[in-house]
Amino acid sequence: MAPFGSEIFANASGAHAGARAARRAVEESREVVASLLGARPSDIVFTSGGTEADHLAVLGTLAAAARHGGPIAAACSRVEHAAVLEPLRAAARGLAAVHGVGTLRVEEVAVSAEGVIDLDALGEALGEDTVLVSVMRANNEVGTLQPLDAVARVVRSRAPRAVLHTDAVQAAAYVDLATSTAGCDLVSISAHKLGGPKGAGALVVREPCRIAPVLHGGGQEHERRSGTHDVAGIVGLATALGAAAKTRDDECARVGALRDRLADTLLASVPDTAQSAPRDAVLPSHCHLRFSGVDQEELLVMLDRGGVYASAGSSCASGAIEPSHVLLAMGVDPREARSAVRFTLGHTTTVEEIDLAAGVVAEAVGGLRS
Amino acid sequence: MKVLVAMSGGVDSSVAAACLVAQGHEVLGATLKLWGGSSDSGCCSVGDVDDARRVAQQLGIAHYVFDMTEAFERSVVGPYVAAHAAAKTPNPCIECNRHIKFDRLLERSDRLGFDALATGHHARVLRGTGGRPHELRRGADPDKDQSYVLSMLGQHQLARVLLPIGGLTKAAVRARAAELGLRTAAKPDSQDVCFIRSDVGRASFLGERVELHRASVVDASGTEELGAVDALELVTVGQRRGFARAPDGRRRYVKSVDPVGRTVTVGTAEEVATLAVALDPGSITWTHLPLDDGAAVVAQLSAHGRPTAARLIGGADGPVLRFGAPVRPVAPGQTVALYDPADPDVVVGSGIAA
Repeated sequence: MAPFGSEIFANASGAHAGARAARRAVEESREVVASLLGARPSDIVFTSGGTEADHLAVLGTLAAAARHGGPIAAACSRVEHAAVLEPLRAAARGLAAVHGVGTLRVEEVAVSAEGVIDLDALGEALGEDTVLVSVMRANNEVGTLQPLDAVARVVRSRAPRAVLHTDAVQAAAYVDLATSTAGCDLVSISAHKLGGPKGAGALVVREPCRIAPVLHGGGQEHERRSGTHDVAGIVGLATALGAAAKTRDDECARVGALRDRLADTLLASVPDTAQSAPRDAVLPSHCHLRFSGVDQEELLVMLDRGGVYASAGSSCASGAIEPSHVLLAMGVDPREARSAVRFTLGHTTTVEEIDLAAGVVAEAVGGLRS
Repeated sequence: MKVLVAMSGGVDSSVAAACLVAQGHEVLGATLKLWGGSSDSGCCSVGDVDDARRVAQQLGIAHYVFDMTEAFERSVVGPYVAAHAAAKTPNPCIECNRHIKFDRLLERSDRLGFDALATGHHARVLRGTGGRPHELRRGADPDKDQSYVLSMLGQHQLARVLLPIGGLTKAAVRARAAELGLRTAAKPDSQDVCFIRSDVGRASFLGERVELHRASVVDASGTEELGAVDALELVTVGQRRGFARAPDGRRRYVKSVDPVGRTVTVGTAEEVATLAVALDPGSITWTHLPLDDGAAVVAQLSAHGRPTAARLIGGADGPVLRFGAPVRPVAPGQTVALYDPADPDVVVGSGIAA
């Protein structure tokens, strides 16, 4: 990434040698990303990250569909990331009028206690007017994987017009997206979840799917996303995705074993502890536990002081922890949801760290309960 | 000591945190998210949280945001609205101090293993030693003294509370913040009620939450009807604005508001003045020990009111403050802070006007 902030500083859209060097890096990255995602290079639209990729998928699809006139509808699971839920809700409130989107009905589809989308409910939510369905590859909070092949079958049979989008931001490091998202028209990823830089992402727009641009301007990315290319970020995304693909099988086994060690230790040593979703249904990196009676805000402070960096749900703009919409959708009592903490493991996690963390967590929970 | 400092994003709590760091304490900053709706500093007061977080960065301390919106709604906003519906004038800052900062947050501070909770209030705590009680005293800056809004604290809380800037004037606080390069150094003091946006105002805020009732305005000297107000819930005892002068040109003030009879009684300063203020018996708090019946006190009837000598008399319906000379009427719901006549900087207790 480094040369693109110094020696190869040129704008990739320019018409000189420096620009060509930058553009070459962008296009090489595009090929890498496309091949790892099972797409064609022309299907890849580079964005500023997952949120922008999701916005482009949601608003770009709605705007393209709105051109044909008539009422339109969209559906998503209740556990989608806010980057999908909020643009859909905003569009339903009329805020996408600037993109030509008129009346829009949005169906938020129920999930099971494990966080898996209810396929019957999905089928009922879809119709002739459905133009977009968005179901994430894996949930960012609890890690639950969604049955995208089955989702695609329901969508194709019940909503022939619909574009199927999946937010694969959380899954990309541990799931082969080339095979598992082959039935999706749109796929969002973000470099930072792969160990790459923050602020770089991509949306796969699989032929023959068409989206309207959300950002207008210089017409980069085949008129789908204007804005000067973040060459360093794009190279970082491709490099991170490549590194993840190379080590994926080993890492899934290694990280999964560490996760099991952490979960097993805590479930055995800390009373009244529950895991939010069964381990065979979630990403190997996710350990999502609830410690009954403990306030997650207090537990996070204790863990931070003990050197354990964990998280709880998602944060609002102020930084306060909000009650997890994911747990609430899974039927968890709001009070109980306040006792949840998410431990996310990664490629740098070691067994020593797991054992240290388990000790710190057990002690912190014990201290807060006494 | 391990100290949790409540950082609102204002200059006072910024400097309170800085003082604690300079004193060598192990300090952690926390900003409370109290209101989920819009406020003058953005949704959930995001601007204030950003300021607090930045100050914590500059001081090299960890900073957290604690979500206490549910408790705030239950213990502060709900009762604030209900009190107005009952034609009372509550003080939400005091209720926030009573139920949130010096109760829930203090409990949290204990659970997290802190030795003390600090805030940026302009008041002083004198830690009692050798069995002597802890004292709550007025702040060093007479114009900014906030002992009134802390007057409901008892020994249980004072034992664990630090008020690091109580010995500084506001000017000194701002100078210290500027010296440290804190972005809050020149930030204006907060005004009014934090959960009501200034461009919305109290009337609209309450109008969306309670039914407002028209009331007739009558003269205190007789039953002469002088007109009407649109919302008795927005009228405060002692209020002058919005009422016509007496025929002789003297100003008229609100003497009482009757929500049942839907009547607002007004009169001249002499007519509305009172020699006694009844206190809600359930609202009385003592900083240390209860005062004897008939004890002399110095009463402060509003946040920046003039301290006035009084006696606290036990009555059949609850305690009554009796004054030697007439005082302006106190709106029901307002807190009265009580000070020690022998040392009028020392808080002895508080009560809420009935």
